[in-house]
Amino acid sequence: MIAIWEAVYRLGVDILGLWKPYLFPSPLSVVKTLAELVRDQTLAIALIASAKRIVVGYLVSIMTGIIIGLTIVRFKWLDENVSALILGLQTLPSICWLPFAILWYGLNESAIIFVIAVGSTFAIAIAIESGIKNVNPLFVRAAKTMGASGFKVYWNVIIPASLPNLITGLKQGWSFAWRALMAGEMMSATKGLGQVLMVGRDLADISQVTAVMIVIVLLGVSVDKLIFGRIELDIRQKWGLDRS
Amino acid sequence: MSLIVENVSKSFATKRQQIHTLDNVSAEFKQGEFVCILGPSGCGKSTLLNIIAGLEAPSGGRVVLNGKEVKGAGPDRVVMFQEAALFPWLKVIDNVEFGMKIAGIPPAERREKALKYLKMVHLTRFQDAYIHELSGGMRQRVALARALTLDSEVLLMDEPFAALDSQTKSILQLELQHIWWETKKTIIFVTHNVEEAVLLADRVVVMSANPGRIKKEFPIQLARPRQPENVDLTYLVAGIMKELKEEVEKVAKAEFDNNWRLQKNIILPSIDSDLGSGL
Ligand SMILES: Nc1ncnc2c1ncn2[C@@H]1O[C@H](COP(=O)(O)OP(=O)(O)OP(=O)(O)O)[C@@H](O)[C@H]1O
Ligand SMILES: [Mg+2]
Repeated sequence: MIAIWEAVYRLGVDILGLWKPYLFPSPLSVVKTLAELVRDQTLAIALIASAKRIVVGYLVSIMTGIIIGLTIVRFKWLDENVSALILGLQTLPSICWLPFAILWYGLNESAIIFVIAVGSTFAIAIAIESGIKNVNPLFVRAAKTMGASGFKVYWNVIIPASLPNLITGLKQGWSFAWRALMAGEMMSATKGLGQVLMVGRDLADISQVTAVMIVIVLLGVSVDKLIFGRIELDIRQKWGLDRS
Repeated sequence: MSLIVENVSKSFATKRQQIHTLDNVSAEFKQGEFVCILGPSGCGKSTLLNIIAGLEAPSGGRVVLNGKEVKGAGPDRVVMFQEAALFPWLKVIDNVEFGMKIAGIPPAERREKALKYLKMVHLTRFQDAYIHELSGGMRQRVALARALTLDSEVLLMDEPFAALDSQTKSILQLELQHIWWETKKTIIFVTHNVEEAVLLADRVVVMSANPGRIKKEFPIQLARPRQPENVDLTYLVAGIMKELKEEVEKVAKAEFDNNWRLQKNIILPSIDSDLGSGL
């Protein structure tokens, strides 16, 4: 793939002169820039700032998502009205909340964290609601005849039974949060991966832009595959969901 | 142990209509008795069992266990369903331990007991398997072991072997007879199958449909262990079958009548081309 990239670069920039060198990055310069970003610790500082935000934002969204999800499940009359609203809100790209956030919190950390949290809260709430709703009622009946009631039913049956749905929701929430983080940082941050990307743009440094994009993709993919993918696979194997 | 069903009625209100499922059903179950309930589909057998289990409340009458009225489900009346209702997120052994875990029995003790009952159903080899790795028959065995661990005096079984092939079914019927003999539990067993009922039961209760009532009771005083080929058994089966057939026919006829009325009310555009299209 890198060879093709290099070939396209050679062809497009050197031979045919279709693009100017500052419009199309060469693999070599991207690697160099990446090494430079690592060496002068720009990347590390940005990573730490971004990681802090996403961890806080994601945790907040898990908590509010759980609260919203459980509330909807608990009060049936909320369900019809609120579910539709939440589904609607979820289609709104979370960066659209940024003006809101800035008005509320000002141009600071809280605003970005708010945008991240909003991005994934609804996905998580919906997953919790549908996960719990789709629990096989036979499981609950069986547990009740074995003496479980109230909280014990929730803890021992409903939560584990809705786990496959829940993990899918958490995973989806994560990807929304990740996108919201980047968008938020590009628009308003003074630190972080998204901001480094914007600096690249401001300096017209196409190599830096590309290098940061690669880092973003790699990080997103590895969290998705290594953390959520593993858990999902583990659950699916236990349940026997992968047998087709 | 004494279990009494007193004038239990049940009706369901659905959006379209009011269904009167059970009408004044009374029955008494003695300590250690094995009772089979037979009846046409839809006569309310499962409903009756669920009411005894406390999973559903009766519209009228009550169920009294050991002098106390039944309010809600509880581990003194364990239910075994047609589907095994095992938890796919737990290993076999943890499934068997589930009820004891809820009851707060310490881990070592419940492991020991779970193994004892898994042994009784011949599944110790599969204790660490997950549910999807088991066959249908094995799942019902696990469900049986799980039900037995709670030492409930009453075991309620709703067509537990209905979905199994006939070989597996007869093996499990045999095992259930042994287990019942060893544990001396009171078992109320719902089934469609007359042979199964006569093979297992001390008493067979035949229900009638629309509304569900107890129609007739047959004591089965055959020596155990029983074999399905036994002549006396076949004779009893024939007698009960006759009783049941009447009921099944009644239900079929009622359904046929409904259809027929329905058809008469449909305005058919062309009489010959659409005959029977509404079936
Ligand atoms: N939750 C419910 N809501 C409405 N109607 C119900 C409900 N449960 C049962 N019924 C009705 O009660 C009747 C008896 O149902 P039940 O399941 O007890 O029959 P059954 O004898 O167990 O039948 P089968 O042998 O097919 O299992 C049926 O006509 C059914 O439509
Ligand atoms: Mg039934």
